[in-house]
Amino acid sequence: MSTRTDDRPDVAQPRLGGVGWLRWTWRQLTSMRTALFLLLLLAIGAIPGSTFPQRSIDPARTAQWIADHPTAGPLLDRLGFFEVYASPWFAAIYLLLFVSLIGCVLPRTRILWHQLRSSPPRAPRRLDRLAAHRAAEVQGDPEEVREVLRGALRGRRYRVHAHDGETLSAEKGYLRETGNLVFHVALIGVLVGVGWGHLLGWKGDVIVPVGKTFANTLSRYDTFSPGPWVDVTALSPFTLRLDDLDVEFETETTGRGQFGAPRDFEASTTFTDAEGSTEERSIRVNGPLETGAGTVFLLGNGYAPRITVRDAEGTVLYSDATPFLAQDNNYTSVGAVKVPGASPQQLGFAGFFLPTGVIDGERGPHSVFPDALDPQLALTGFEGELFPSGRPQSVYSLDTEAMIAIPGADGADQLRILLRPGESFELPGARGSITFDGVERFAGLSIRTDPGKGLTLVAALLSLAGLVASLVIRRRRVFVRVGPGEQPGRTVVSVGGLAKDDDDGMADEVAALLTGLEGTG
Amino acid sequence: MTDTTLAQLSNTSIYSATVVLTLAMVAYAVYLARLVPSRERAADPAAQDRELVAAGSGDGPTGAPVGGGAGDLVDRGGRGGRGGPGGRPGAEPEPVAARKAGGVAWALTLLGTVLVVAGVVLRAAEVQRWPLGNMYEFAVVGAMFVLLSYCAWATQRDLRWLGLFVVTPVLLTLGLAITVWYTDASDLMPSLRSLWLVIHVTVATISVAVFTIGFSLGILYLVQDRLESATQRRPSFMDRLPDARSLERLTYAAHIVAFPLWTFTVIAGAIWARQAWGSYWNWDPKEVWSFVIWVVYAAYLHARVTTGWKRQNAVWIALVGFGCILVNFAVVNVFFVGQHSYSGL
Ligand code: HEM
Repeated sequence: MSTRTDDRPDVAQPRLGGVGWLRWTWRQLTSMRTALFLLLLLAIGAIPGSTFPQRSIDPARTAQWIADHPTAGPLLDRLGFFEVYASPWFAAIYLLLFVSLIGCVLPRTRILWHQLRSSPPRAPRRLDRLAAHRAAEVQGDPEEVREVLRGALRGRRYRVHAHDGETLSAEKGYLRETGNLVFHVALIGVLVGVGWGHLLGWKGDVIVPVGKTFANTLSRYDTFSPGPWVDVTALSPFTLRLDDLDVEFETETTGRGQFGAPRDFEASTTFTDAEGSTEERSIRVNGPLETGAGTVFLLGNGYAPRITVRDAEGTVLYSDATPFLAQDNNYTSVGAVKVPGASPQQLGFAGFFLPTGVIDGERGPHSVFPDALDPQLALTGFEGELFPSGRPQSVYSLDTEAMIAIPGADGADQLRILLRPGESFELPGARGSITFDGVERFAGLSIRTDPGKGLTLVAALLSLAGLVASLVIRRRRVFVRVGPGEQPGRTVVSVGGLAKDDDDGMADEVAALLTGLEGTG
Repeated sequence: MTDTTLAQLSNTSIYSATVVLTLAMVAYAVYLARLVPSRERAADPAAQDRELVAAGSGDGPTGAPVGGGAGDLVDRGGRGGRGGPGGRPGAEPEPVAARKAGGVAWALTLLGTVLVVAGVVLRAAEVQRWPLGNMYEFAVVGAMFVLLSYCAWATQRDLRWLGLFVVTPVLLTLGLAITVWYTDASDLMPSLRSLWLVIHVTVATISVAVFTIGFSLGILYLVQDRLESATQRRPSFMDRLPDARSLERLTYAAHIVAFPLWTFTVIAGAIWARQAWGSYWNWDPKEVWSFVIWVVYAAYLHARVTTGWKRQNAVWIALVGFGCILVNFAVVNVFFVGQHSYSGL
């Protein structure tokens, strides 16, 4: 039941000029069949994004996949399979679909507009040809009967019009087409909202140990990804101090995958807004902090052992809560300590933090429970140049290209340091000492804005409302014809109904109208 | 009563439900099988007298005008009421044996439904949270909603012919839930603790339940359509099901209930994703497949009104949509890496 007539061959135009071709293309593009084809294509096109790792979600896994598949990897990469939703071909599908959508919606809106302003069409001559039809002879003269029916139809929310003295034309259900149009137009709204958010939104991630303060400036972020239209110098200068981080893990249920599963995270913070007013606020998973200039989400957590490095005289060279990144569900974490101030050579330490540590020969150091029940630090030491050629490097790993491992005092080629809280280790050769003072937790915070999300949400809800209207409301026409009966004072009524889509209820509606007449007449 | 006994009761309830529903499935099969011979026996009036129930079995075809009795009403070919089972006008009344089997099947279905509901409620009482936190619970609650939808719909019209095709997928689901997806009752991980869990996942499960019924109807429609266009055919229980046209409409009816629910599921999921993960849409595999499902079913609704597209092909698209639902549940949850990793496996 398309409202378009594009399937009719265009006989009147044997030769298409340039404009003709354009019109032909436009008609093809805006036909229901093309829309259907593009919809199916959109579904198929979206699937590779779930089967291949996506760069925007997990860059490390993507790089690994490409490295593991030397032939397919680079080829698929060039075809955009690792960035499906940003790839030109995916964009082409949905943009064509939306062009088609606009081309479809505009003429339908015009038609609806005209229909709404004109009255329902004249009753056909023979109502018994209609799919739903009934006739009866009732008490009363024709005009009376017709008025009763007019009232009944109005009561059923039909628009009623009498084109002549013996018929009625009634119609209802324009809200169906309206709903359908609202649905389609609102989809455009969703797309605009999403696009707006991409252009003007930004997100940044930062790791903040307990006790530290985060200030919202570009340089404080570990990673920051702004949309193309974002002014990164104009971030609101709020600050956030992490006072405490409360973490709970499952300790009772021992079923598959349950023991040690995270149960609750809560960060207690002191928030100071741009004007300087201060407030205690808590951030939880599912309970972000709205700052007015970005929303702060608690997306990760882990441990930041407090580590102090001293030189041979006991002067403190390094002392900080140093975040180690969790590698598994039991928070076996990796990290590095960099001591650029050490002399004669710079010092570096890399290794594991284990909240509940077990060191076995086979699996190496690992943690068996996520909570800090038996915290241990297992490190190896290096000396040399920490930042050769000034390349940027991760704070969680050591670039050992220009460093050599410090040999163990026992003659081992590598120094193995194992510390529990409060313990210190004397580095051999008067290199000083390293102390594990204690453990802090850190919060992985993500701060984000998305100026398009309101529009997206409203449009999505509007489209849902339109959808429901267009699926639930029925479009019906009812025609009535009255004429004098066999005896005076009686009237023959004929009622016919026409439904736009399959409509089981039409016959009942027609029957009910006549039954109602019986009741009143 | 301790929590473990609650858990055991819940499991016992689900196990009993599978037994009861298996019996219901058998009874529905018997019901359909006993409908078949009636056609051949129709030639023998004596046999008919013995076998047939007196007319007026509630849903019988009454050609009388609605609210009849008024002598003034002249019925000129208005469409009559619903026909026999499944609304096939003019179908013969049911044999007694079939009717008995149908009654038993319906009673067993009700009992099975009560048992599944009890299993869900007990589990919820035990874990003291909404019982939708892992795959086992999704599957059981999904099965519950299929049964509830069917029972609710069956009070509106005679749906005994559909029973077999509803109870069978329910049993399959429950069987997989018990054997493959079983997870001990426990608390939720933090990202699942939200009112949005209740809203989003509950509506998703209801939606999938209705899609499941739509899927069964779609298959029945395609089979019926094949049979109707065959030149030669033996009598089969399909003769007593609604005709292809009605089945197609019922398929559509189920889908236009499920589709807005799924639309809502996706929107609610996006709202929740923003609360929990900071961004309303991340193209996480679960989100990708929810989107694919939505688009495929949108394509079904489109195909149905596209001139030049056959209804059969439209229904095929709907079946593909259900295939995507299965992938989203059984494959994505377990094998794909994403943020939705709460299968409990
Ligand atoms: C983003 C792409 C689109 C989506 C997701 C979509 C989705 C839908 C859905 C779910 C329906 C069924 C609900 C209803 O009847 O209102 C529908 C109906 C319809 N759509 Fe679309 N659509 C899209 C694009 C288009 C385009 C490009 C056209 C025009 C070529 C179009 C024309 C129609 C028409 C005519 C109906 C049927 C109205 C009726 O029931 O009579 N749609 N669409």
